[in-house]
Amino acid sequence: MALISNGAFVEDGWRRLSDEEDLPKGGKCIVPQARLAEALKVLPSGARLGVRVENTADPAGLVPHFARLELISIAFPAFSDGRGFSLGRLLRRAGFTGELRASGRLIADQILHALRCGFDTIEVSGDIASRQDQAQWTKALSAFGAFYQQGYGGRTHILEQRRKAAR
Amino acid sequence: MAATKHPQILFASMLRGGQTVLLGEAGWVGDPREAVVAHDVEAAAALERRGKEEVARNNVVDVYLADVEIGADGAPAPLHYREKRRLAGPSVRPDLWVRREERLR
Amino acid sequence: MTAHEPNLAARSNEPIISYRYDEHDRAFVRARVAEFREQVRRRLEGALTEDEFRPLRLMNGLYLQLHAYMLRVAIPYGGLTAKQMRRLAEIADRFDKGYGHFTTRQNLQYNWPKLEDVPDILEALAEVEMHAIQTSGNCIRNVTSDQFAGVAVDEIEDPRPTAEFLRQWSSLHPEFSFLPRKFKIAVTGAREDRAAISFHDIGLRIVEDANGARGYEVHVGGGLGRTPMVGKVVRDFVARADLLAYLEAILRVYNRFGRRDNKFKARIKILVHEIGVDEMKRLVEEEFAAIDRGPFAFDADEFARIAAFFAPPPYETLPGRSEALEAKKRENRDFAVFVSTNVAPHKASGYAIVTVSLKPIGGIPGDASSAQMRLLADVSERFGFGELRVTHTQNIVLPHVKQDDLFALWRELSAADLATSNAGLITDIICCPGLDYCALATARSIPVAQAISRRFQDPERQRLIGELGVKISGCINACGHHHIGAIGILGLEKKGQESYQITLGGDPTFSASIGELLGPGVTAQEVPGVIENLIEFYLSQRREGERFIDLWRRLGHARFKEAWRREGEDGVDI
Repeated sequence: MALISNGAFVEDGWRRLSDEEDLPKGGKCIVPQARLAEALKVLPSGARLGVRVENTADPAGLVPHFARLELISIAFPAFSDGRGFSLGRLLRRAGFTGELRASGRLIADQILHALRCGFDTIEVSGDIASRQDQAQWTKALSAFGAFYQQGYGGRTHILEQRRKAAR
Repeated sequence: MAATKHPQILFASMLRGGQTVLLGEAGWVGDPREAVVAHDVEAAAALERRGKEEVARNNVVDVYLADVEIGADGAPAPLHYREKRRLAGPSVRPDLWVRREERLR
Repeated sequence: MTAHEPNLAARSNEPIISYRYDEHDRAFVRARVAEFREQVRRRLEGALTEDEFRPLRLMNGLYLQLHAYMLRVAIPYGGLTAKQMRRLAEIADRFDKGYGHFTTRQNLQYNWPKLEDVPDILEALAEVEMHAIQTSGNCIRNVTSDQFAGVAVDEIEDPRPTAEFLRQWSSLHPEFSFLPRKFKIAVTGAREDRAAISFHDIGLRIVEDANGARGYEVHVGGGLGRTPMVGKVVRDFVARADLLAYLEAILRVYNRFGRRDNKFKARIKILVHEIGVDEMKRLVEEEFAAIDRGPFAFDADEFARIAAFFAPPPYETLPGRSEALEAKKRENRDFAVFVSTNVAPHKASGYAIVTVSLKPIGGIPGDASSAQMRLLADVSERFGFGELRVTHTQNIVLPHVKQDDLFALWRELSAADLATSNAGLITDIICCPGLDYCALATARSIPVAQAISRRFQDPERQRLIGELGVKISGCINACGHHHIGAIGILGLEKKGQESYQITLGGDPTFSASIGELLGPGVTAQEVPGVIENLIEFYLSQRREGERFIDLWRRLGHARFKEAWRREGEDGVDI
C-alpha cells in the first residue's frame, strides 16, 4: 500500500495489524475494528492507537473511543463506493480530530472529495500507485480552487467569495 | 479441437474514435469481410487473447465474441440483431453511415 | 469560433432574464474542462484503466454507444439563450454530424463525438456558460423543471431560481458523487405539474405555508426504469432556508443505506420501498436534526441573488386579445390549427407561449439539425428576448411571443419543418434513441414512433383524438418514459426478434399513475394496428371532454384488452 498526504507519497508511520498478530505494547498500530475492544483493554492509555473500519461502520460505535484513537482508517473497497465519504463526514461531525485516512481503491481524481469530507491521508493499493504516479495526485489536488458546497472543508467556498466581493 | 456452436468474430470499440471495429488478421478493421472468423474454441480464445492485449495497449475497449453465419458472399454476418445493427449503423439515418472502409479514420 | 470570444451577452439589447455566470461559475467550468482534458490524457496513456475512466467520463456526460461515443450536454432546467443554441449548432457541425437530439431530461445529446475532441467540445460549451457536468454517472443529475416556468398562467412561483440554486449545490458535491446509482431531482411551481416530479428521486413542489411563507413539499422515491414507482411525500413543508440541509439529509441517508449489491435495486425508490416511507422519514428527520445549519446562514441572500436573474422580460403593454392574430386565423386555416394546438396562454397580456414540435410526421422525435437550431436561435431573438426552453417531452418552447407576432413566427417555423401542429397529440411522441444508437437497448424505438406518426398523421383526426401521450422506450431502462404514457410502448427481445409490449394508463402529472401491461408483445409491424384498435375503441366509447387517460380510468383494463384483441383490418387476430 502507498500513502498519500498533501498530494505526495509519504512514509507510513503506522503499522497495519492483521487479525492474527499480537498487539504490540508500544502501539502505533492500526487494528481492525473487531479487535478494538481488546486493544483498548490491553494497551496502556497513552499508546498510539488506530482503528480500521468498513465503510458501513456505525459512528456511534467509535465515538466513545475518540479520546484514545489517534487514527481512523475507513475502507474504500471500490472507487465507485462513496459510503466512506459520508462516514468520514459523520466522524468529523461527531468530534473526531485525529488522522482520518481513506484506505483502498481510490483514484487521484477523488483526492479533493476526500479532503473536503475531512480526510487527511489516502492509502491506496500498489497497483493503483504504480499507474497513478505522484504527479497525478499533486495535479488533482490543484484542479479546483473553490467549490459551491457550504459546510465542507478543504477549499474556498464560492458563496463566501461572492459575499466578500459584494462588500 | 472442439468446434464452437457458431463461427465467431471479435467486436470492439476504438478508444479514441468510438467506432465499432472487428479484429482482422493484422489489426482492427471496419469491413466484416476482413474479420478473422474463428470456427473452433482455440481460435476463438486466440481472438479474445489478441483483443485483450489490444485493450491493455489502450487501443480499444469492450471486446467480445459474437456468433456469425457465413453468407453466400463469404462474409460473416452476425446472428443477433444487435450486432447486425452495430455493423449497419442507425437504421433511421442511412445517409450517415460511412462506408465500411472509412470507418477506421 | 475562437477561444477568445467574450463571455457576456452577444447583443447588448438582450435583457437578462435567466441566470448568468459570474467569474466564479466561469472559473469552475473552466477548471472542470481542464480536469477532463487531463483525465482523457491519462486514459489514452493508460494511467487510468477503462474501469477507472468510465465513471469519470460518465460524470462528464460521455457514454460509449453502439456506433460511437455520445455526449450529453446539460441544459439546466431546460433554459437556453439564442447564443447558446447557436453554439450547440456550431458544435454539431464542427464535431458531430450536423444534428443533435433533445432528451426527456431537457438535455441535448450528440451521437458522434470522438473522445479526443471532447475536451475541445467542453471548452466550446464553457465559452457560452454551458457544460456536461453530471449528466451521467452515479451522482446528482440535471435538475429539471417546468418548460413554462416564469410565464405559465397557473404559476405559483417560478421554479427556476430553485433549480439553479440546486444546480450549483449539486455540482461536484464532495460527499455525493459516488452514490449507489444516479439521482434525479425535479422542481415544479405551478398548479399543474409539467415536470413529472412524482417520478423523480426527489420531486419538489413549491408551496406556501399558513403564513404565506414559501417552501417545498418534498417527494422521495419516484422513478421509472425496471420498477416504476410514484414518489412518496416525506415532508409537507420544508422552509426555503432549510432546503439544502434537508436535501443533504436525504442524500446522506441514501448514500449510506442505498443498496450497492445489485445495480437494478440501487435507486432510492428501492430503499423507500424496502424500509417503508415511515422509516425513511425517520432516518431523514434524524439526520436533518443533526445537521449544523450554520453553513447555510447566507443561503437566503444567495437565493435572492439567483432569483434576480429570472426577472420577467420588459413586456410591452398589450391588449389581451390581438385583432391581428384573429384576422390571420380567419385567413389561414393551417395557421389557425397551429394556434389551437401549439400555443398556450401567457401570464402577460397580449403574449403567448409557443411549443415548437420536434416531431414532424415520420421524423425522428427530438432531433434537430444545426440549421433548425440556428433558425430557432434567430426566431427566439426576433420574437422572444432570445430565450428558449427544452421540454422533457423533447420539444422546444418559445416562452415570450407576442400574439401579434405569432403568424410571422409560424411562417418562419413552417419553412424549417418546425411547425407541426401536434403538441400533446398522438403524433407528439416521446421516444428514446433505442437500438439505432444505444448500447443498452433491446429493440429499436424510433421506427415504431415513425410508423405511428405516419399512421395518425391526419391533422383533423389527431385533433379529434385529442390529448394523448404516446411514449416509447427501447429497453427496460425506460428513458422514453413509457411507464407514464397514456399509451406506453416497451421494446424488448423475444426469441431473437424485436418485440413490443403495450402499456396503458400512465400519467406523469399530479394525478400520477403507472401504465399497466395490456398483453404479450407484438411485432413492430403490428404496433400501429394495435394502436389503431385502441383509438377506435376510445373514440367509440368516450364521453364529452373525456381524454384517452380518462376513459382508461373509467372503463379499465379488461375492456381495453378486449379492444386490443379485436381482429385487425387484415383479419389477423392479434
